[in-house]
Amino acid sequence: MAKVFVEVIAKFTKDGRKVPLIIKWEDGRCFDIDKVTDVRRAASLKAGGQGIRYRCRINGRETYLWLEEDKWFVDSKK
Amino acid sequence: MNRIILHSDLNNFYASVECFYDPKLRNCPVAVCGSQSTRHGIVLAKNRIAKEYGVKSGEAVWEARSRCPGLVVVRPNYMRYLRFSMMVRKIYENYTNLIEAFGIDENWLDVTESTMLFGSGEKIADELRKRIEYELGITASVGVSFNKIFAKLGSDMKKPDATTVISPENYKEKIWGLPAGDMIYVGPSTRRKLADIGISTIGELACAPPRFLEKHFGQWGRTLWMFANGYDETPVTRLDFQPGIKGVGNSLTTPRDLCGDNDVKILTYVLADSVAERLRRHHLKGRTVQIYIRSGDLTFIERQGKLPYYCHTSSEIAEKALEIFAASWDWSKTIRTLGIRVTNVVMDNECGQLSLFDDERRLRREQLESSIDRIRSRFGHYSVQRAVLLKGNGLSASPVEENASEI
Repeated sequence: MAKVFVEVIAKFTKDGRKVPLIIKWEDGRCFDIDKVTDVRRAASLKAGGQGIRYRCRINGRETYLWLEEDKWFVDSKK
Repeated sequence: MNRIILHSDLNNFYASVECFYDPKLRNCPVAVCGSQSTRHGIVLAKNRIAKEYGVKSGEAVWEARSRCPGLVVVRPNYMRYLRFSMMVRKIYENYTNLIEAFGIDENWLDVTESTMLFGSGEKIADELRKRIEYELGITASVGVSFNKIFAKLGSDMKKPDATTVISPENYKEKIWGLPAGDMIYVGPSTRRKLADIGISTIGELACAPPRFLEKHFGQWGRTLWMFANGYDETPVTRLDFQPGIKGVGNSLTTPRDLCGDNDVKILTYVLADSVAERLRRHHLKGRTVQIYIRSGDLTFIERQGKLPYYCHTSSEIAEKALEIFAASWDWSKTIRTLGIRVTNVVMDNECGQLSLFDDERRLRREQLESSIDRIRSRFGHYSVQRAVLLKGNGLSASPVEENASEI
């Protein structure tokens, strides 16, 4: 598992929450986030990072996306 | 009703944070060490594997490497440790506002009132440990007891990632058999003195007549006796309590030994600049200047002198420090570390005795240094420097700036 920083397009709601909408992968591919099903502070032991963890549904699959300070990362299998 | 005090200790804190961020390090012996090139090369923290090899905090990197040849040495990242420390504190704040920090990685928490909401002290301790591991990826040991001394002992008893409860019912059986030196505030010197009078365990200390202890240690003897018996009633300081600043100081171990008055002059101005800037930032003025000199053979002296008035300008602090230095050092040895501290502080808007003669000059100095602060805050510390520092030969780095750049 590797920590991969990614670009994210997010919505800033009126009450101050950040909701990620699209993840842009390193190779340029973009993935729409269908739904965020859970938000909590959590660590990623596999990737070596911590922050606000978003559990996202993308094309019917669940994946985790972290916001660590002001950077977004995922734990990639590569 | 007994209080319920927790003491939480983050296990191998610096090393745990480094291993968390770099999974490749997790199965290696790791030590977090200062820079060898600037002669700060001592072990600040080590992970469990390095500990098994006998690596100790405070020893030189070469000593640690001789014990553990495969030791991975990493540089400290203080900003990251501070961030983690603050995040851990945020977790504590969910349970109580009575939190007292003891260093960057240890805290006492008084959860007496919180048990009505969150359950027993042990339950809160377990929850804290789980949350710290889940949210931050590091572990903590928590001691639960009815006073701060026993709670601290508890957190030291089982490591890593464990809760130890020392209750009024079990404390004799759990801790009285431990060496007296395990108790906080019993350092090597007190431990030796206790051994001289035949006391080697906490239980023996607790059962000794307090008058006998007073005879050997003065008032401190009775205090130690109270600690050993669980009578410590020191409160956990409130979260919002701001202790008054008693002094502002900086010291620096230089990349090479100082070997002449010119070296000392340069470093004195560097340190005085930093101290004065911090005094102004906190709106303080001080009247006593202390210097700390550690020689190449690691012995040290401290000397102090009084200024005629309260001040927060680097030139006056530096001049006083140089005057004290000239009267205290004969150059029989070279200097490894130099420190300056200003104490006896008051708020800078307090009334003070005015001088008939040199007030205008002082005022101009103060205005000049405030302007320098503003320039530095906009353009960086090194945008304005004293001319004397331009020939610094590696001695003129600001302690604050250089610590920050290490991060």
